[in-house]
Amino acid sequence: MWPPLIIPNDPGGVTVIKTLVNGLISGQLLEATGSSLIRLFIGFVVAVIIGLVLGFLIYKYKIIDDTLGFFVTSLQAIPNIVWMPLAILWFGLGVGSVIFIVILGAALSITITSSTAFKSVPPLLIRVASTMGSSGFHLFRTVIFKSTIPQQIAGLRLAWALAWRAVLAGELLGGSGGLGTLLDLGRSIQAMDLIFSIMIIIGVIGSFIDNFIFVRIERYVLRKWGIQTTH
Amino acid sequence: MTEGHIILKNVHKEFQRKDNDPTIALDDVSLTIKKGEFISLLGPSGCGKSTLLNIVAGLEKESSGSLLVNNKPIKGPGNDRIVVFQESGLFPWMSVLDNVMYGLLLKKVPKEEAKVRAMDWLQKVHLGKFAQSMPHELSGGMKQRVAIARALVTDPEILLMDEPFAALDEQTRMVLHKELEKLWRETGKTIIFVTHNIREAVVLSDRIVLMKTRPGGIKNIFPVQAARPRKSSDSILIHLENRILTELEQEMEKVLKEELGSDYALKTDHLRVDPNNNMGSDI
Repeated sequence: MWPPLIIPNDPGGVTVIKTLVNGLISGQLLEATGSSLIRLFIGFVVAVIIGLVLGFLIYKYKIIDDTLGFFVTSLQAIPNIVWMPLAILWFGLGVGSVIFIVILGAALSITITSSTAFKSVPPLLIRVASTMGSSGFHLFRTVIFKSTIPQQIAGLRLAWALAWRAVLAGELLGGSGGLGTLLDLGRSIQAMDLIFSIMIIIGVIGSFIDNFIFVRIERYVLRKWGIQTTH
Repeated sequence: MTEGHIILKNVHKEFQRKDNDPTIALDDVSLTIKKGEFISLLGPSGCGKSTLLNIVAGLEKESSGSLLVNNKPIKGPGNDRIVVFQESGLFPWMSVLDNVMYGLLLKKVPKEEAKVRAMDWLQKVHLGKFAQSMPHELSGGMKQRVAIARALVTDPEILLMDEPFAALDEQTRMVLHKELEKLWRETGKTIIFVTHNIREAVVLSDRIVLMKTRPGGIKNIFPVQAARPRKSSDSILIHLENRILTELEQEMEKVLKEELGSDYALKTDHLRVDPNNNMGSDI
């Protein structure tokens, strides 16, 4: 069932660690990792822009909230991977379909979290700023947006996790290269060591970005704001 | 042209609640406030004092009647009438200094000049050492001093204060009263100060507007004829406090009757118990 991790079953046989190291040295795993990360990054950046813009519109205009808002929450209920067959029909088996579902999943999530964040700004802060003469875009830029930063970061962290899942799911089903496709290759040649190696890399990257990037940013912001006074 | 910095004429404000009759927050309020005056709006909850302040601030609009500032109607909130709220409302992501500079930068004052003026005001409220602190590092009293500095640094004509010291302890409040009085005498601003604390109103104001409740409005206006700086032990002030308290009790009785039914009578200060244990609510 399980492949040997470090010590091979028969001499000269495969182990997960050996495959992992060889894969890294030969560059195959690194290349696949790089592919996946680039797609993830591109899709994520586009999703953030779309998500923040839509989130702002939903917050600002009730009509858009009633129509688009409802639409967004309904679409969000559909698991990302379910979009893959449609994406393949629309964009073919290449990178396009993968980036499409990354953007779709992450943007929907960011739209919801950012619109909720904008709506929950303490009214006191808005009153303070408006009696000092702030209004319109200045009020949004200096008060409303700034005061939602902790929530936005939490929202981005969530969207990032969704995007990471989307990339891998897309590559797994669409065969367009990257870690997901390599995973599928491992399945088709029944190389459990390859599969495990890739899973280790996926886990390491996912937790690294979450723990070292997002958690750090969150802690810094929360400490600066005084919401959390540890470390 | 009528003489007066802020003129309210027949201002009426009502709120529509679901299914019920509209609540009349302010019933025919007329008041003229002179330039440089320190006016308190004093009254129990529900008397409309905060509503009146919000209307002058531009945060709410009167249902009917007129409000003139410098003989012109107002167009919503503006930096000539800055409000200090009960919770300081300091922006938590900015340092104390940046908070105080906010209004100046909004008015397009150059950054260097804004910094100098902000530091100057922080010194005036004795918080010069805390310029780089974040709001969460300050006590409630300190936060309110920053809020006052933030309001006054832009030199508004009118300062509106909505129970600014209500959340603070007695000692801090006494200190802040002295500081506020000093700042007011130095700057000559027109101040409208909302409070439910008689002592506070008597110590600070030129005139006290006692408000009534249900419907809300003005019950009486008391000029405070005592020399400054005020001492709360001054007999004139104590006498005035008692006069105000008597009238205030009438209003409080009204509020309690409505909230507790006929179970509670303020004057006798205890619950009336009927021999049949019928407390009036017919339970």
